[in-house]
Amino acid sequence: MNKLRGAIHNIHAADEGRRGRDGTVHPLARLLVALWYAVAVVSFDRYNMAGLTGMLLYLLILGIWDGISVKAAAGRIFPVLVLTGIAGMANPFLDREIYWQFGQTKVTGGMISMATLMMKGIFCAASSYLLLTETGMEGICYSLRCLHVPKEFVTVLLLTYRYLIVLLKEAERMTQAYKLRAPGQRGIHIKTWGAFVGQLLLRSIDRAETVYESMLLRGYHGEFAGKRFRWEKGVSICYVLFWGAAIACLRAVPVFELAGKLLL
Amino acid sequence: MHMADALVTPVVAGTMYACSGAAMAYSVRKVRLEKDARKIPVMGVMGAFVFAAQMINFSVPGTGSSGHLCGGMLLSAVLGPEAGFLAMIGVLLVQCLMFADGGLLALGCNIWNMAFYGCFIGSMVIWRQVMRRGMSKRKIASASVLGCMATLQLGAFSVTLETLASGVTELPFAAFVAVMQPIHLAIGLVEGLITAAVLSFIYEARPELLWGYSGWNGSGQRKGEEGKKGRLTYKGTVAALLAAAAVTGGLLSLAASSDPDGLEWSMERVAETSELDAEGSAYEMAGRIQETTAVLPDYGWKDSESAAGTAFSGIAGGAVVILLCVGCSLLLRFFRNRAVKNE
Repeated sequence: MNKLRGAIHNIHAADEGRRGRDGTVHPLARLLVALWYAVAVVSFDRYNMAGLTGMLLYLLILGIWDGISVKAAAGRIFPVLVLTGIAGMANPFLDREIYWQFGQTKVTGGMISMATLMMKGIFCAASSYLLLTETGMEGICYSLRCLHVPKEFVTVLLLTYRYLIVLLKEAERMTQAYKLRAPGQRGIHIKTWGAFVGQLLLRSIDRAETVYESMLLRGYHGEFAGKRFRWEKGVSICYVLFWGAAIACLRAVPVFELAGKLLL
Repeated sequence: MHMADALVTPVVAGTMYACSGAAMAYSVRKVRLEKDARKIPVMGVMGAFVFAAQMINFSVPGTGSSGHLCGGMLLSAVLGPEAGFLAMIGVLLVQCLMFADGGLLALGCNIWNMAFYGCFIGSMVIWRQVMRRGMSKRKIASASVLGCMATLQLGAFSVTLETLASGVTELPFAAFVAVMQPIHLAIGLVEGLITAAVLSFIYEARPELLWGYSGWNGSGQRKGEEGKKGRLTYKGTVAALLAAAAVTGGLLSLAASSDPDGLEWSMERVAETSELDAEGSAYEMAGRIQETTAVLPDYGWKDSESAAGTAFSGIAGGAVVILLCVGCSLLLRFFRNRAVKNE
């Protein structure tokens, strides 16, 4: 039940965070940069923690520039941290080769590879969060159409997003009503599994029929009218070129290590 | 079972994007051939429904735990495999972007592991085979449970292969499989039961909504419920599942590569080495700049190449670079906000 409320809250928070953020950069430019960043991050060797740390700069600069809430981002990224932690949990036990030694403290390859895995997870999730906050789901759909992704799929995606909140609220109302009638019970009882979700499914299909009729009345003929974006070509090209080059530099040069050597 | 970006390498992610992209192109073509404009909004709303329904917890009797329904199997049982697959991709993309369930780069893997198996193997191999001689509640239940368990097993196996091919875990193959498969067998059983309950309800209330429903016979009974018990032949189903598992396993193990990463590969091609020599006037100049700018020129570790020295350099350098970046970004934001105010 709390999951439903959490999901509704997340969608509202994402919409609120996006309010008034329509910038001059084309959504496709942002999507391409985010993908390029993810490729660069995951391509690091599992022991190259020093090099990977430099990739933080992209997130820092964009996050500060766009005024992203660290608290909101941290809340969203935390599950990824747990997942990658579980995935790399065996590494410290199986890879015991010592990489660093500070006095009595030994740092093994397994510890480094686990930490690198978790860092990669955090960086990629944070980059997706930045993309969503800056571009929004409508912007991502718009950029998918620019990439010639079939309109049928983009329409389905857009409708899924738009009706998500409606159906989540409906599911929450139903679970709330069920909970009030079955106090102290955890989840939906096995006897009512089918009827409970089945009702929601039938209502959803009926709603889809109404949606289709409304779309027809608004002149739907195969393509869904998405939001119109204002963007500047020059700014978008500069954005891609700048961040493309910057990410490539961060991938190739261990910035933090070099800066440290330069100072010391 | 959503994979994060950190669990895949670009090679594995790219391979899986290609596989999922091919399945998506096929599905779009099939949906277009149906020429049913009404289906698109149904797919969208059904995608939202699956998302909402997956948030509802169902208590599993006697265990104290809870489960949720299997989206791929349910979508394909209502919309058909191709339309269900497209709706499921929509769900996975929204989950990835809105809720950080799975990464953007690993989306190809997630589509393959959850949507492809759930929609194509689940419906085209299992659902279709079971419903070949008409539909009944018992058949719906057996197809749902078998379909969910089989597709989750295939999905879990693919996750294992993709993670191992990416080389992010030290776990040996056998141990990883031994951890993944039994857990997903139990999850598959619970998800199958929930999906069976929902589909049985739909069969009772509005059977025409189910994919492959052949209607009513002359005597007012549903086809397949005329008292004649259809023999369920699972041989073909099992054989197809084994073939799919073998093909998938083979293809994914081919993708497992010990080759260098993209950048090293490019450098090897261009410069015939994966590490570039730092010689030349530019480097000498940089060296002189370093001597001038170093805050503590005589301070250093005994062995400057030691791991501890490198680590210390990295931490100190990192702190300075972060401070610089944060400062510059804050400054730029301040000037931008002031410019906006002045406007």
